[in-house]
Amino acid sequence: MENNVVLTMRGISMTFPGVKALDNVDFTLRKGEIHALMGENGAGKSTLIKCLTGINDFEAGEIRVDGVEGTVKNHSTQDAQSVGISTVYQEVNLCPNLSVAENLYIGREPMTAFHTIDRKTMMKKADELVKRLDIKVDVTQNLENYSLAIQQMIAIARASDMDCKVLILDEPTSSLDDGEVEKLFKVMNQLKEEGVGIIFVTHFLEQVYAVCDRITVLRNGTLVGEYPIADLPRVKLVAAMMGKDFDDLASIKPEGFEAQKDTPMEIEARGLSHKGTIKPFDLDIRKGEVIGLTGLLGSGRSELARSIYGADRAQTGTLKVAGKEAKISQPLDAMNLGMGLLPDDRKAEGIIGDLSVRENIILAMQAKRGMFRQLSRAKQEEIADEYIRLLQIKTATRETPIKQLSGGNQQKAILARWLATDPDFLILDEPTRGIDIGTKTEIQKLIIQLSQQGKSIMFISSEIEEMLRTCNRMAVLRDGAKVGELEGELTQERVMAAIAGGADNEK
Amino acid sequence: MKPANAVKGRKQMNGNTLLLIITIVLFVILYAGGCIVYGSKGFTNLQTFLNILISNAGLICVACGMTCVMLTGGIDISVGSLVALDCMLLAYGMGKWHMSAPVMCLIVLAVGLIFGLVQGFCVGYLEIQPFIVSMAGMFFARGMTAVISTDQLSITQDTNAAFYSWANWRLNLPFGGVLNRKGVLIMPYIRVGVIISLLVLIVIFLVLRYTKFGRSLYAVGGSEQSAAMMGLNVKKTKMKAYILSSFLCSIGGICYCLNTQAASVSQATGLEMSAIASAVIGGTLLTGGVGNVIGTLFGVLINGTIASIVQFNGKLASSWPNILTAALLCFFIVLQSVFAFLKEKKK
Repeated sequence: MENNVVLTMRGISMTFPGVKALDNVDFTLRKGEIHALMGENGAGKSTLIKCLTGINDFEAGEIRVDGVEGTVKNHSTQDAQSVGISTVYQEVNLCPNLSVAENLYIGREPMTAFHTIDRKTMMKKADELVKRLDIKVDVTQNLENYSLAIQQMIAIARASDMDCKVLILDEPTSSLDDGEVEKLFKVMNQLKEEGVGIIFVTHFLEQVYAVCDRITVLRNGTLVGEYPIADLPRVKLVAAMMGKDFDDLASIKPEGFEAQKDTPMEIEARGLSHKGTIKPFDLDIRKGEVIGLTGLLGSGRSELARSIYGADRAQTGTLKVAGKEAKISQPLDAMNLGMGLLPDDRKAEGIIGDLSVRENIILAMQAKRGMFRQLSRAKQEEIADEYIRLLQIKTATRETPIKQLSGGNQQKAILARWLATDPDFLILDEPTRGIDIGTKTEIQKLIIQLSQQGKSIMFISSEIEEMLRTCNRMAVLRDGAKVGELEGELTQERVMAAIAGGADNEK
Repeated sequence: MKPANAVKGRKQMNGNTLLLIITIVLFVILYAGGCIVYGSKGFTNLQTFLNILISNAGLICVACGMTCVMLTGGIDISVGSLVALDCMLLAYGMGKWHMSAPVMCLIVLAVGLIFGLVQGFCVGYLEIQPFIVSMAGMFFARGMTAVISTDQLSITQDTNAAFYSWANWRLNLPFGGVLNRKGVLIMPYIRVGVIISLLVLIVIFLVLRYTKFGRSLYAVGGSEQSAAMMGLNVKKTKMKAYILSSFLCSIGGICYCLNTQAASVSQATGLEMSAIASAVIGGTLLTGGVGNVIGTLFGVLINGTIASIVQFNGKLASSWPNILTAALLCFFIVLQSVFAFLKEKKK
């Protein structure tokens, strides 16, 4: 092992039933560096971390830790801790009702000769520890009195105090604001100076460039590469994560159509926000317009849509729908204003598996009418048949339980659900995920058709190409904020550059 | 940053201590009120206060155990029935089996340990709802009491001289004496139950504050998942809490029996609810993680003072203590919610 290397993972492979989660992945961590582990959803970041901390068993490959003879294979987080690997998770795993000092030392308290806790020594040691990391807290106070950021730092302090060589920070900044993130970085830098190797898992690009020395990128369970931070500008990082070679990108001519400038406004949002998910944003959407939301995973695409729809109640700002001030505090309000949302997680939020195709289709329509104005059975069947035909939903009968349908057809049925309510504004969150290419094209065509009928559509997709084909305009999100809009000729380069943002974009 | 944080912290810690202070102040007000209104009837005598301790010695022990269980976020509603079973065992064992008093006390304590072990195993390792487990325990203990005897038993000089002498033993205090109508100086006294219960209180206070086990109770109540992640044995901690509760309940049962010197199937009905009420009034949260036995002691004392006042009045119906306790519970629960709300808002 090289002198300054604390951790090497070589040829790590692991399969989940039917999926190769990790394929021959290498990872190297050096002493005193902050090393970002990046990748889109499903890239294998969490799986790799779990192999390291003993939560998952890997099938092939070896892990070596500085100062430990031979290879290391952990079977629990306790195992990992004993070889000097500590983890701090997104959710703070501490007890808010205990003092800071106790949270730092519980389970390993200094004891007196009478087998009781030596509170005095514990307080003193805790105080020294937080002072060393420059965390400004009173260790005798209960943890709940401090902000989430401080709590996160205490968790890090606890992890780092346990003879830690490798510190894994798994999305520690997800629920912190900018000032808090800044403080967290100070602690990270302090530990770095003390020689701890830090693995930083995050999807916030800015934070990676603010604090990291090196980046390892994974995609679809394979290693894309390890880069010093200076060699990997933002655009290249985005390209690496998304699997596009930036230089080879052929610009795809949008098959969509020009944005109408003269039609009335459907949605006017001013300063809408939801704490912790989406920062205040302004957004206008005209009638008959298809607006795309683009950005990396976790950039706030779905969250923006949810805050308009009332699924996450907006805490600030105003919203006008069709020119009128609207107050939306729950999805039903939005539905009554003529909105529809096709959620991205259709298993959890969309289909009701045991109900029939017919019942799934008329669900939103019935909800809008209210409990007491039941749709007649004949009417229900008529509507269901119409959409099954219109969208070519492949089902044995309209009474077939929807869970027996393929993913693409389920998706169409949910789309039918919202179309049946005749919405003026339809939000489609990843409507084409996991469905075959033929159905994808049909859905894209349908979106353009709907917009030609004067409906406004918000389209969220991870596939830039399909957005280029369908959208008039795109809003770009990064790190939970809307950072810009793209109009005119949309090209893949422009979109990717906007997603990457930061210094590269401004040059 | 530092001063802002420090001030914020100090203010909020007062939130929890403030609850305790309110409890204590409320007790003082109640007691002072009793002294003013019923001073002429002898409420001001130190003995009145000591009588509250004497008649509630058993409840103090039981409530200490209850506090420990509630700290983990659990509940133990079997304690009232277990006290009845303890009393019945003592009375029947000494009366019918002619066992000696110390042996019967040890048996009662052993029964408490086993009882708690079973309940704790069910809650900790089988992860059954504490309410259900202890409800089963409640029915079982009450049922077993009836199995032993459905008679009204009393412990007299003839039943067991040793136990009788313990029950009637007095420790006169060297101060606070009053002259009775004949002009004889009567010294205030406490009974053995008071000494036992105060010892229990002190020990549990120290255990909760200075031992790994005690702090684990708080940690488990604060967040079970976090406690597990920090390497604490959550299941074992929970089991120990229920063992402790049942064991303290058995000590409480002995104190209770020393006070009543009687046993019957319907004895100590609703005692579990008094214990829970005392803990809650004393600032223990039902959700776990917050509370201590000092608060619980004052919770018991408040209940006792109310009962005393009603007794001194002589004309009020015996249902009044219940109604007042209900009002107090509402008051404290609302207060706790308000504090929790303010704390949340400050963040």
